[in-house]
Amino acid sequence: METLIWLLPLPPLLGFLLIVLFTHKNNKVSHTIALTGAGLSFLGSMVIFFRAVTTEGLAENPMTSSINWLPTGVTQWLQIGVQVDPLTAVTLFFVAWTILMIFLYSIGYHNYGAKRGVDDRPGLPPHGALVKEKGGHKSHVPSIEPMYARFFALISLFAFAMYLLVVSNNLLTLYIGWEIMGLCSYLLIGFWYGKDSAKKAAIKAFLTTRVGDVFMLLGLAALYTLTGTLNYQDILANHSVLEILATTISPVFGLSWAGLIGLLLFIGTVGKSAQFPLHIWLPDAMEGPTPVSAMIHAATMVSAGVYLAVRIFPLVSAGWEPGMPLTTTMTIMAFIGSFTALFAALIGVAQNDIKRVLAYSTISQLGYMIAALGVGAYAAAAFHLVTHAFFKALLFLGSGSVIHGVEHGVLHTGEHVDPQDMFNMGGLRKKMPRTFWTFLAGGLALSGFPILTAGFWSKDEILTGAFSGGHWAVFITLAFAALLTAFYTMRQITLVFLGKPRTNSAEHAHETPWTMTVPLMVLSVFAIGAGWFGVPDAFPGLGKILPNWFGEFVGSMLTHGHHEESHSLVPLFTSLVVSLGGLLLGWLVYRNVKAGAADPLEKPLGFFHKWMKNKFYVDEFYEIVLIRPARWLADVFTSQWMDRRFLDGILHGIGKFGLWFGNLVRNYFDVPVVNGVGDDIADGTRKAGSGLRVIQTGQIQQYMVTALLVAIFLGVVLILLAV
Amino acid sequence: MIPLSWYLILAAGLFCIGLFVVLTKKSAIGILIGIELMLNAVNINLAAFWHYYTQLNPSQTPLNGMVFLAIVFIVAAAETAVGLALIISAYRRRNTSVAGEMDLLKG
Repeated sequence: METLIWLLPLPPLLGFLLIVLFTHKNNKVSHTIALTGAGLSFLGSMVIFFRAVTTEGLAENPMTSSINWLPTGVTQWLQIGVQVDPLTAVTLFFVAWTILMIFLYSIGYHNYGAKRGVDDRPGLPPHGALVKEKGGHKSHVPSIEPMYARFFALISLFAFAMYLLVVSNNLLTLYIGWEIMGLCSYLLIGFWYGKDSAKKAAIKAFLTTRVGDVFMLLGLAALYTLTGTLNYQDILANHSVLEILATTISPVFGLSWAGLIGLLLFIGTVGKSAQFPLHIWLPDAMEGPTPVSAMIHAATMVSAGVYLAVRIFPLVSAGWEPGMPLTTTMTIMAFIGSFTALFAALIGVAQNDIKRVLAYSTISQLGYMIAALGVGAYAAAAFHLVTHAFFKALLFLGSGSVIHGVEHGVLHTGEHVDPQDMFNMGGLRKKMPRTFWTFLAGGLALSGFPILTAGFWSKDEILTGAFSGGHWAVFITLAFAALLTAFYTMRQITLVFLGKPRTNSAEHAHETPWTMTVPLMVLSVFAIGAGWFGVPDAFPGLGKILPNWFGEFVGSMLTHGHHEESHSLVPLFTSLVVSLGGLLLGWLVYRNVKAGAADPLEKPLGFFHKWMKNKFYVDEFYEIVLIRPARWLADVFTSQWMDRRFLDGILHGIGKFGLWFGNLVRNYFDVPVVNGVGDDIADGTRKAGSGLRVIQTGQIQQYMVTALLVAIFLGVVLILLAV
Repeated sequence: MIPLSWYLILAAGLFCIGLFVVLTKKSAIGILIGIELMLNAVNINLAAFWHYYTQLNPSQTPLNGMVFLAIVFIVAAAETAVGLALIISAYRRRNTSVAGEMDLLKG
């Protein structure tokens, strides 16, 4: 069984390598390999999941296995390994399902089997191809994605990273998977790299999550320094370690070490799960293909962030017992979570892009989970993580199906309308029935439609957790956010599916192929049914019939005892009212929107609507506060002043000095002294030669005269000397 | 008996005439003639000294003075022959026998 856990992440990795190295030319083989890889991991996950749920006391004795990896120079090795405990098991369950469905869906989404468009270029979304129908009539139909195989290679790598992260038994391998996903999300968001907006979104996502990752790495380093291990069991399930960490005070803000490390790791979650200060990348990540949006927003990346937060909950809450005041870190989590939930829901109300609404709703729902952890509702957070993964994957895939259908209409009619704008849709209920019903299931689950849907149960548990802990501010904020969630979900459903088509493209929309609708149907089963495994015992009527399996199973992870179950019906009624009220309001406001009409909320809300539509100007705020100063620092300060003026000035100064000194040496030493001496020797020799040359006449008689004269002269001298 | 100094004066005079001819004549043949004069002036000296040496030492009759004389004559004759041949050859090529005009090597 342990071997199987080890093998779990490998098939997608193998698939990635095979596609990249060998089969990227062949679309059919490539998607078969990717799908087989995902399928094998899926089967393995299911085997492990059912084995896990049937094992008694899994939380105390998880299935685990590790190997020595790096010698650390001290006595112990750095170990890595795998582990399956209740939290891993449930995460594995939803990850395996959603990943497999997304893989299958991608085949249809990228128009497998369609013709290659004439104008299609790698790096741009396909433009569509012209085909001749019977009778010589030409029509414009969607064309296959030019980089089809590459897409499957990348999502395989993504799946590998997610599996690796989930089955890891230590924070280090988790971090490795975490970072591989960061890379994949960069590559996939920028999949259509020919689009400027996609390029920018990819860079934005990568850099924003990087901010969180740096803090997370600091947390890992601190944890390793203090405890000498990163293994879950050795830290998170070990009372004495947790107690020491909770009681020693760190040098920062007077937090305990447990609180500080928890906070640092939580900042990693903030980046990955797009919580308030670092949420800006997620809506822009919509630039990628829709299966990627589902991958990032439901199955993998953002879930990974919350998974980490759930995982480190024992550390964050070390020294805290239910009923006591929250630890500092938990307070921060509760605040950020609930604030994000409300904030993102408000923005979501005013968005017109079908995928952007979902993106903000994701941020909002992730805020729910974080807030739940902040108030200590551990099992509720994990439960919402699972149900949300299913219905959000469903919604994203559904929205992709809608866009695909409308795009078909756009190509057919040749209209120039944005196929993602909800105000260009309407009446798709009849055109795309399968998409409509599944989308409706997902939407109702998101808005927490009572009893029937999974979202109701998980949200209800979070509200109950906040209420029974006595955290009124969190409770009211979350309840209001839930109202808004129901409202914008109904707004979306009404605008897209109900009423009459507002454009010709919507009129000509088509139902999508089975590869796209089957995943929708499978996921909608979970969006409805997953909630029934977590019905609280205190729920009137149903609570007695259905046991709270999920709460028991995942709750056993916590070493301190169970919550005292709240028997108050206030949170229950609250969820009922906000959910149904929001849905009703959404339907009432948006049921009669005419083609070309403005958003009905625009007038009554006035400038506030503009604020919401512009995302409360957070992007603009960052632009002014962070990006422009950074650019100024890089361009003006560093480049122009420091580099060009100061450093270049020094270098140019040295250069000029060298030039000046060289000239000096040349003019006052080399030319007069060295050259002078050389030239003078040469000149002197030449002058002497030309001077003496005159007497060298070649006339033998002259020589003889000279010799005679010299002889006479010498003779005279000799005679005089002799005398 | 004629004193030795007369011979020496004659030889010196002849040498000076020869030297004068060598230094002043333009014609190469004239120069050759001057050289002959100078050589023979030396020969007169040789013969005179040999004669007076044998007169003062009658017991000895050495022949080396005569041999020297003969060698000088032979060398002079050979030199004149070669010199005349060169001059004739040069004359044929350059159509002149003036020593000052034979200046091909002059730079």
